Amino acid sequence: MELKTASFEKVSTETTTVSGAEAVIKCLLEEGVGTIYGYPGGAIMPIYDELYKYQDQIHHVLTRHEQGATHAAQGYARVTGKVGVAIATSGPGATNLVTGIADAQIDSTPLVCITGQVGSHLLGSDAFQETDIVGISTPITKWNHQITKASEIPEVLAKAFFIARSGRPGPVLIDITKDAQFASLEFSYKKCSGIRSYTPTPEIDLLQIERAAEAINHAKKPLIVFGQGVILGEAEALLKQVVEKAGIPAAWTILGLSAMPTEHPLNVGMVGMHGNYGPNMLTNECDVLIAIGMRFDDRVTGDLSRYAKQAKIIHFEIDPAEVHKNVTADIPVLGNVKETLKFLLEFLKPNKHTAWHQKFKDLYKIEFDKIIKDELHARGSELGMAEVIEEINNWTKGDAIIVSDVGQHQMIACRYAKFNSSRSNVTSGGLGTMGFALPAAMGAKMGCPDREVVAIIGDGGFQMTIQELGTIFQTKIPIKIVVLNNGFLGMVRQWQQLFFDKRYASTEMINPDFVAIARGYQIKSNHVSERSKLKDAIKEMMEANEPYFLEVKVEKENNVFPMIPTGAAVSEIRLE
Amino acid sequence: MEKKNFTVSVYTENNPGLLSRIAAIFLKRHINIESITVSKSEVKEVMRFIIVVNVTEEKIKKVVGQIEKQIEVIKAYYHTDEELIFQETALYKIRTSDFEKEWKLEDFLKENNAWMVTVAPDFFVIEKTGKRHETESLYEKLKPYGLMQFVRSGRIAVSKNEMQISGMLEKFNTTNSNS
Repeated sequence: MELKTASFEKVSTETTTVSGAEAVIKCLLEEGVGTIYGYPGGAIMPIYDELYKYQDQIHHVLTRHEQGATHAAQGYARVTGKVGVAIATSGPGATNLVTGIADAQIDSTPLVCITGQVGSHLLGSDAFQETDIVGISTPITKWNHQITKASEIPEVLAKAFFIARSGRPGPVLIDITKDAQFASLEFSYKKCSGIRSYTPTPEIDLLQIERAAEAINHAKKPLIVFGQGVILGEAEALLKQVVEKAGIPAAWTILGLSAMPTEHPLNVGMVGMHGNYGPNMLTNECDVLIAIGMRFDDRVTGDLSRYAKQAKIIHFEIDPAEVHKNVTADIPVLGNVKETLKFLLEFLKPNKHTAWHQKFKDLYKIEFDKIIKDELHARGSELGMAEVIEEINNWTKGDAIIVSDVGQHQMIACRYAKFNSSRSNVTSGGLGTMGFALPAAMGAKMGCPDREVVAIIGDGGFQMTIQELGTIFQTKIPIKIVVLNNGFLGMVRQWQQLFFDKRYASTEMINPDFVAIARGYQIKSNHVSERSKLKDAIKEMMEANEPYFLEVKVEKENNVFPMIPTGAAVSEIRLE
Repeated sequence: MEKKNFTVSVYTENNPGLLSRIAAIFLKRHINIESITVSKSEVKEVMRFIIVVNVTEEKIKKVVGQIEKQIEVIKAYYHTDEELIFQETALYKIRTSDFEKEWKLEDFLKENNAWMVTVAPDFFVIEKTGKRHETESLYEKLKPYGLMQFVRSGRIAVSKNEMQISGMLEKFNTTNSNS
């Protein structure tokens, strides 16, 4: 018997002779791709020529930089759950994708990136715009592959989509030489259904789930910490049932945001460096810590040697390499949480844990009095970031998709934005990529055109991908852009203040007139710096049926608290 | 935890690029690869990597997990020396004139369990296969007598326990045979 390395389902049966470039487009159509993001150039021109012919079936969005293409594809993928697609030419086009690919890898975002490559006869000769993008992208892709023969295109792209979306999702890069785009092949498409060397979802061990349930049923002070695995596994409803049946306080990681409504009575807020006081403090008091679809990032755990040492750790996880990586699990439960939580739910006994839950409320009260109250109802002469988010909440009621960049405004947005439904929080968690939000918001809006998309960006990150205003202008993507301008790289400045004796090395920014820039792109725009005008400014922005830019001048030297300083334990979280 | 020698065995598809993908995982954690050998395996079209590293068991467990998660890696294991049968091969190129003053070649080979590979007018090449200390002690012995070149292969190893790769691959074949 012949051994197969992968298996494919038949989708289309007819065979047609097409060029490699047309085959790529046909593959995208077979995979249900309707929108792609990219930037043309020499080595990818045959594919762009086909995109021209297929423009009624595939919407290609011309970003202003390839980094924007990957972030837009990420935004699209994060809100839809579908695979985002970005394309670029060889050399600099390909290397410009790298930041977005790395971001997608660490945040488990399904992406297929297609790059053009110089002709195969030139490979290795340092040809014009030749770069070894397969070599460069190896450590930051779930899989990558170079195609030099047109006949490989259907099978490799089918595998690319299968790998990107299955199991723990991630980015895949396919590099196609120019001659392979020109050459012809007999095209027929079969979707990939399995690869022998790849197990997307580990087998479920019911015994482990029973052990987990028993530990939870006997727990006096259980705490759930859930991450993006719940969203990627589409297990939001199950999580809610588990939390409600067993009466367990549940905290989210930054990427777990919106997997449960903010206002759910058992939602106790965010863990991690700038998370909420209660869940961080009580991580070191709970008796059973139930981690669901999260990976114990160092920004979540603080000092590992003092992280939840008193607790029995249960880890629900799809990726075997994440189990015991940072925190040793007493009871690892491998599998897609959509499957494992279903079994867990059956084994759980109803409970309330009222006294335990009261502890979270008490600690929230402390955090509210010391921090939140003043942030939401600032009295200083300058506006605070949190009151802007709160004013947006008042308008969106938690129904909008909030896309945040990286820095202080991100932490404030994640702490204060309200969410009613899943896939509403798009932010760069693991990589912390400044410049992520503007292009990611474009992708998010195109993925969910019926939802309001608000991008919250700092003045630093905004200038890292500011050129995407051009894409917004050309494509008329009606996103709402809020730049919280404090004239500083605020998070770095905060660290300089706290840990480097206020030596503000290269963190103060002399900024241009952002409103004038937005106006240059003919984007409706406004500027606000007074509290009395904030409400109307937000109202005008939210009521606009077109792209809108709002610059809010905020307090220059505000700090984000609570904060777990680097090297401290989660229970050493500082309120000031 | 104490550092020791671990031998990582990786069964993979035969695709270029996997070598750097696997090497990158060691690089990321600053683990120096002591030796690496890639060859075909007992399974048709399946390659086998044998990688020797000196690390703690805690670390090698995590590394093997991250290797195994690579799409084209079929299975990865790590073993201690006690769980393996392993060998290395060394080649020694020696200047005939210096050597012949002290030794009779045939006796020397017999005494050291080495083999003649080739003889030229000015030099000869011998080969020795064995454990590290054996190839090493022959190196020390030959060093004073015109050792012109020395090279040693990476470790090759088979495990005492069964690997069960064929079974895993057949299972994939049967469960996906209808498509």
